[in-house]
Amino acid sequence: MIDVRKDFPILQAGENGAPLVYLDNGATTQKPVQVLDAIRDYYLRDNANPHRGVYELAQRATDVHEDSRARIAKFIGADASELVFTQNSSEALNLVAYSYGLNFLHAGDEILVYVAEHHSNLVPWQRVAQQTGAVLQYLYPDENGYLTEAELDKKITARTRVVAVAQVSNVLGLITPVKAIVEKAHRVGAVVMLDCAQSVPHMPVDVKALDVDFAAFSGHKLYAPMGIGGLYGRKELLKSMPPFLSGGDMISYVHEDRAAWAEAPRKFEAGTRNVGGEVGLAAAMDYMESIGWEAITAHEEALMEQTLDGLKKLPFITVYGGGTAKERKGVISFNVQDVHPHDVATILDAEGVAVRAGHHCAQPLMEYLGIGACARASFAVYNTQEDVEIFLNALKSVRRWMGLES
Amino acid sequence: MNLKDLYSQIITENSRNSAHRHEVEGATHTLEGVNPSCGDDIILSLRVEDGVVADGGFTGSGCAISQASASLMLDLVIGRELDTAKHLCDIFLRMITGEVTDEELEELEDAAALQGISKIPARVKCAVLSWHTLEELLD
Repeated sequence: MIDVRKDFPILQAGENGAPLVYLDNGATTQKPVQVLDAIRDYYLRDNANPHRGVYELAQRATDVHEDSRARIAKFIGADASELVFTQNSSEALNLVAYSYGLNFLHAGDEILVYVAEHHSNLVPWQRVAQQTGAVLQYLYPDENGYLTEAELDKKITARTRVVAVAQVSNVLGLITPVKAIVEKAHRVGAVVMLDCAQSVPHMPVDVKALDVDFAAFSGHKLYAPMGIGGLYGRKELLKSMPPFLSGGDMISYVHEDRAAWAEAPRKFEAGTRNVGGEVGLAAAMDYMESIGWEAITAHEEALMEQTLDGLKKLPFITVYGGGTAKERKGVISFNVQDVHPHDVATILDAEGVAVRAGHHCAQPLMEYLGIGACARASFAVYNTQEDVEIFLNALKSVRRWMGLES
Repeated sequence: MNLKDLYSQIITENSRNSAHRHEVEGATHTLEGVNPSCGDDIILSLRVEDGVVADGGFTGSGCAISQASASLMLDLVIGRELDTAKHLCDIFLRMITGEVTDEELEELEDAAALQGISKIPARVKCAVLSWHTLEELLD
């Protein structure tokens, strides 16, 4: 097991005196000092508005901005020219829905969305469907939580124009069969929008090898600050798409009555960028690579296995989504029999354990599972076997607090 | 936070075995309240006769706090005049924000068991869902 807790001062001081057992990493991760130092150094030494000044400091800020882009693009296997900076996955997904969806979809076209999608890869497509007359279709998992080839073959049709799926569901935690989806989608001429928010922190993602058309991710779920994320878009698609937001720095020339756009990716980056956030994201990727994917995946898989085994021994726990520790990434969603997940989360909090409870921005999936809400434990590289033990032990007291037999 | 104050017997029992968890025959007022951040919902129904809450009930789903709160609220307001119900609503909501006198707390009877929620901001929304729904319903 790797030990990186020294890099995360926040973990030393929990809310109730005990060290923090932070198991809400699917919502956002904590930030290591290496990332915080990189951001601080940028603001102490290199801060100016990129692409705008001719003085040396502005050039330095421009270099930092573009170097960060190249660094971040490399992490997901993209070219720098294909990486648009956004605030987060949601903005990246909205960019594609509005710029691609609204302009290239027509009445009768089909948008295929997985029922397990986070609202951010679902609601924008609902709006596109309403405005274009395209039809929203859903993919459903089988009884074990898997998205099967048979389901893909049934739903991907000659009318399908967009397939929008997450690489890892933020509730079920299972890895989506992206290769099969891409092959089948491309065969009918549809584009694939991959939401990588929950996958990029836990597994190497290579957008070129996956052959997806768009991919979105958030920095704050992989040890970087909030407010920075990215969109990968295939070069020819980005070229053909009109701007999303418009204004400063996304133009090549503006006349009184018209404007011409800058080349992608700058065409999609109106206004002053979050360069500090980009620096933090690049530093977070350096940090992850310094630990190494092999060590990260082995560590997180061991935690996942320990947790799944422990939960299996508690008869009052229901885990959602099947799959072994190897088929899952990052998250385990569950319920305690006869106890609402919010009460579970409050009781665990009293033991210093932070888990998420609610609908996880995936209400259609909750409806499909026939539950209103669930609790979710999610892992990061700094979690330990001891964290899992504390979590499992705390779960044993939940029903007793609620006046039920344990 | 002390879990004992939060999950007292009054709260856990009311959350599970509420006498008011039912639809109301001849309801004159019905309103759904939702908590968008967690998906909890409550459908609150009242039968008002001659300016008095003759009967009330709730359906829907939610956590122990929201369910117990709805149950204790109906315990309190059934049989009361509408103005009194509004007055009690006002006291309860002020209790949650910590602006309430001891005399007012007594008026809330068992619903005062939810006072501890004022110290757990993350759960305030659960406690006030049914009361806000009632407030809106009576307006």
